[in-house]
Amino acid sequence: MTAFADLVGLLSVIAIPCILLFIVVYGAIRKVKVYEAFVEGAKEGFDVGVRIIPYLVAMIVAIGVFRAGGAMDFLAMLLSPVTDLIGMPAETLPMAIMRPLSGSGALGVLSETVTAHGADSLIGRMASVMMGSGETTFYVLAVYFGSVAVSRTRHAVAAGIIADIAGILASVWIVNMIWG
Amino acid sequence: MLNYIWLALLLIGILTAAGSDFFGADPGYPALSRVTNEGVVESARVAVTLAIGLIGIMSLWLGLMKIAEQSGLIRVIARWVRPVMTRLFPDVPAEHPAMGAMIMNISANMLGLANAATPLGLKAMEELNKLNRKAGTATDAMCTFLVINTSNVQIIPATVIAIRASAGSASPAEIIGPVIVATTISTIVGIATVRLLSRLRVYRRQLEEGVGA
Repeated sequence: MTAFADLVGLLSVIAIPCILLFIVVYGAIRKVKVYEAFVEGAKEGFDVGVRIIPYLVAMIVAIGVFRAGGAMDFLAMLLSPVTDLIGMPAETLPMAIMRPLSGSGALGVLSETVTAHGADSLIGRMASVMMGSGETTFYVLAVYFGSVAVSRTRHAVAAGIIADIAGILASVWIVNMIWG
Repeated sequence: MLNYIWLALLLIGILTAAGSDFFGADPGYPALSRVTNEGVVESARVAVTLAIGLIGIMSLWLGLMKIAEQSGLIRVIARWVRPVMTRLFPDVPAEHPAMGAMIMNISANMLGLANAATPLGLKAMEELNKLNRKAGTATDAMCTFLVINTSNVQIIPATVIAIRASAGSASPAEIIGPVIVATTISTIVGIATVRLLSRLRVYRRQLEEGVGA
């Protein structure tokens, strides 16, 4: 398993340099004015930062209140028989619950979790992997089915939820394997 | 839904603090002061600091994505995705516009081009609906497409990296490998589940004419 863990670690190290190089070189080959295109796209970065502020304030304050008042510890104690069984720190529960419901909400939860526990703690890493590997399942289903007026969704919801749970369990497993 | 969760977090948080103060948990530093200082004031400040701190990485990433967009990189990814897709959607003819739209949507998702992915996804649903013989009911192809979509196949989780960097991580990108592993597992489980469930009689019957939900 250590060979696999090394491979996953290597992937993290080479991913960004490789993709950066690939995108820029491919762009140049296809005669894109890479510098100008980059600057044009990068302008949107500031808007993204400003746009998410209200969502972050709402969610970080709510989770902050929940944690500072002692409710998080209480919830963790209550659920510890289940979460201990799968090796999942109860502090990552808010992330697991929020991820399929709301993208901006989950971003707020991630921010609060990495601030409270540290981005490089086991909890911070696990919440990060859950955020990165999940998707706002309920939102996607509602928008996509809604767009073609499909109301009998058959097995889509069940399969979506099962895939989400698999993603959470996989996050717990891989983070414990590498950093546990 | 989010309205209830938000309300519940605040309500339970404050009531728990008040309760533990009432039963005298720590008279030196009451839980309600902790709620005020760390829960409310400090959290609101941190929210803005984090948001400002991630602008740098978001700008870098959005800049790269603009190059990817203009160079038509989506079409390169689409070429890799096509053989897998035609096998996953036996009901959709390979030349049908639905196939093209689905391939483009999933390629855009892999690159993390959310703004490009959504219109392509809606186009794919519209085309899939033309192959639907029972309006208002999801086809097998629709269910499979959406499960692939919701199990997220993004290669670089840029926002997560930006938040981690903003929170002072020594190695913000170290989660890329684990994310790829976890997302691959959830996609495989999702596809397997959607296939198995589509064979169940309950779901088969809903596709037949004249049978309601």
